[in-house]
Amino acid sequence: MIPTHYYLFLGSALFTIGVVGVLTRRNVIVILMSIELILNAVNINLVAFSHYLRSIDGQIFAIFVITDAAAEAAVGLGLIIALFRNKETVNADEIDLLKW
Amino acid sequence: MLPQIAFFTLSIIVLTSAVMVITRRNAVHSVIWLIVTLFSVGGVFLTLHAQFLFAVQVILYVGGIMVLFLFVVMLVNLDVSLKQAQFSRQWHVALATAIVLMAELGYGVYQGHQAFPLAQASGIAPSMQNTEAVALALYQDYMLPVEIASILLLVAMVGAVIMAQRKFE
Repeated sequence: MIPTHYYLFLGSALFTIGVVGVLTRRNVIVILMSIELILNAVNINLVAFSHYLRSIDGQIFAIFVITDAAAEAAVGLGLIIALFRNKETVNADEIDLLKW
Repeated sequence: MLPQIAFFTLSIIVLTSAVMVITRRNAVHSVIWLIVTLFSVGGVFLTLHAQFLFAVQVILYVGGIMVLFLFVVMLVNLDVSLKQAQFSRQWHVALATAIVLMAELGYGVYQGHQAFPLAQASGIAPSMQNTEAVALALYQDYMLPVEIASILLLVAMVGAVIMAQRKFE
């Protein structure tokens, strides 16, 4: 059998890759994809603990996280389309209207 | 032996394809690599005996969300952005911060790893299949959260339509 902390290491590595993507990329779409990576890392942890504690609750929470990811993707991509229509850019650091 | 081989193969695929997602220049390539990542995360769910979540992952993530991403990437496809710098100016600081974060997470998990013995064979209720157990929990104990999640999806759908619609003046 595979020890539970292997899954936790996998989850934290995936989480870190997602954080690197969010912090370093300029393309807003790739930033949204990195957020999906982070949510998947959370799901791995939830399912691993669900398995370890022999309880189904972690899997239910993972389903809710996936629901959230779907809602977030829909709203985020709608925002990106609205943004692209107004500013003709998908670079996060060029969207600085509120900065001075 | 077989579960270990499956787990390590899937982990390597997950991590390499995740790195490919955040390093590709072309956003379409990133989406394709993200699909590979999500598929292998589904495989990791399978090694944890979460068959229903595997199905949800493939149908909802790979089938639904990723197609949405591909549509938007192709809608806002900019040939200009392919020739621009892909990483923001503060990427050194960001990378250093992320390495510190990884070290902290790894140290924390390593310190606590004795608290987690081997993952046992799934013993949620041996008489019950995984999908059955999920269904019972969702529609009995988690009835109200399911309703709230459905309202959240409705709100997100209306919000996406309103935000993406063209304004006629």
